Amino acid sequence: MAAVRTSSEIGFNRVAIVAVLLVTIIFLAPIYWIASTAFKPRNLATTIPPTVVFQPEISPFVKLFTKRSQLRSPPTPEEYAAAPWWERVVFDGGEKIVRDGKGQVQWSGYPSRFLNSLIIAITSTVLAVGMGTFTAYGFSRFKVKGEADLLFFILSTRMLPPVVVAIPMFLMYRAVGLNDTHVGLIILYTAFNLSFSVWLMKGFMDEIPKEYEEAALVDGYTRMEAFFKIVLPEAATGIAATAVFCFITAWNEYAFALIMTNRRAQTAPPFIPSQVGSGLPDWTVIAAGTFLFLLPVAIFTFLLRNHLLRGMSFGAIRK
Amino acid sequence: MATTMITTLERSSRAAARGLSDISIRNLFIIPTVLFLIVFNIFPLIYSLGYSFTDFRASTNAPANFVGLQNYRDLLNDPYVWSNFAITAKYVIISVAGQLLVGFGVAMLLNRDIPLKGLITTLLLLPMMLSMAVVGLFWKLLYDPSWGVINYALGLGNFEWLADPKMALYAVALTDIWMWSPFVMLLSLAGLSAVPKHLYEAAAIDRAGPFYTFFRITLPLVAPILMIAVIFRTMEAFKTFDLAYILTSQPTAELISIRLYKMAFQEWQTGRSCAMAYIVLIMVLAITNIYVKYLNKVKER
Repeated sequence: MAAVRTSSEIGFNRVAIVAVLLVTIIFLAPIYWIASTAFKPRNLATTIPPTVVFQPEISPFVKLFTKRSQLRSPPTPEEYAAAPWWERVVFDGGEKIVRDGKGQVQWSGYPSRFLNSLIIAITSTVLAVGMGTFTAYGFSRFKVKGEADLLFFILSTRMLPPVVVAIPMFLMYRAVGLNDTHVGLIILYTAFNLSFSVWLMKGFMDEIPKEYEEAALVDGYTRMEAFFKIVLPEAATGIAATAVFCFITAWNEYAFALIMTNRRAQTAPPFIPSQVGSGLPDWTVIAAGTFLFLLPVAIFTFLLRNHLLRGMSFGAIRK
Repeated sequence: MATTMITTLERSSRAAARGLSDISIRNLFIIPTVLFLIVFNIFPLIYSLGYSFTDFRASTNAPANFVGLQNYRDLLNDPYVWSNFAITAKYVIISVAGQLLVGFGVAMLLNRDIPLKGLITTLLLLPMMLSMAVVGLFWKLLYDPSWGVINYALGLGNFEWLADPKMALYAVALTDIWMWSPFVMLLSLAGLSAVPKHLYEAAAIDRAGPFYTFFRITLPLVAPILMIAVIFRTMEAFKTFDLAYILTSQPTAELISIRLYKMAFQEWQTGRSCAMAYIVLIMVLAITNIYVKYLNKVKER
């Protein structure tokens, strides 16, 4: 193609580059808007025309982590002077931090939900990837009767709408007391991610040449030793990519968390929308919560960019 | 557990001299996972199949009465449920068609030497990695008729997106298109970059026009991958719950998953919702089957 490039083609190329930049800006605009709203003072969050240039503040984050209420009257100079710097930014915005009888700052519901999200996503990822790696090796290296059917069965468990699975799981969990527990959600997410991890890891395992282990077996390794010492190190990239995918899925999951948890084990995705409530929500606080919640995934997306294609299509397409 | 499965083959296996035989390793590696999936994925479905023939309500302590096929008959005769299916079908068509157009279009634009191409591609992928529920919530602010950025940027005044029964479904689909077009783009890019360059060179020598080149070379060669993208997105769009549930409560945007959720966890018609779940399940399995068959066909090539 490069050999026969006409001037009109070069012109079209320029138009295409401009169009690509435009599309990129449009696609990123909502994410930029979340990030910028997270640093706005409350009165600038919902203005017309929208506020683009402003003095960034961290008051939304202070408010996100603490209980606060509207200020009835401005703080007295003594109160203001006694308050730490982070409390003053909230005073300036017309709100105050709620303290208990002993003068202790009260935490909001957000930190515990964020922590729940971390615990549940990490534990279920470790379990799903751990089991998935072994199973994928089994499917990749040994003859299994009805392999295609088994793999389809494994995949199909992931294809069901979450609500369909959630109805019986809710009843079963209620019977054994697993509703609103960390263990309950961890099991659900592990089951949900396991099928995915088996499929993805099988693709990675298939790519590791069999000869490596065979050479090790000839050298007197047992199959187990060969697996742990030869195959696992070779599969490290694949395991890491699969783990990031499982983590993101568990981290983002909403429907199961909404149905199975309400307080103790609630994760951030059902919690953040519940904060909108009625009346005028404070969008800066919601944006701050959203921003913190999206940050890990955004970082992982950059780490994962070369494996995204494969993960998103169950390993059907490789780069 | 797997040790009981060791067969007589073990003795003849070469590796059996030390350590476990291949067969027992295979069983040890595969059986726990399959059991786990059966217990937590298949057993619940059998459990709910039983309930689907009863009038059980999880909100009361009343025992479940067997009602035979009553639930299924009622559901299939309920115009309300049919309208939910129709809404879902409409939603799937709008959002998948939109994603295909935008995604493939952007891929065509990106499929050339562009400065910072890697960075741009990665940035475009960001929306689909984020949580649908949490980002979807923020689109509520973007769609807001009075201070939404979208109305301001497009000069639409006080246009109602989510509160207008006619617009709500399109608004949800638009957010979905924003999130998932990059997925179609990514697959299309993989397909486009696999088209052999010499085909284009030959076409250029033959002085083929850009339309001819596109319809006779590009499209036929990318079609299988586009098909994968379409089936994949169809399955996902059919399941949509988070986005629509968070963005709007308009009955005109009540997808089948939302109807199911309300039936099960707000109206507590547990038995009936189990029957409904089974109807949905059969439909999903049918689409999944087509997908896997197609995947295998593509892989064989």
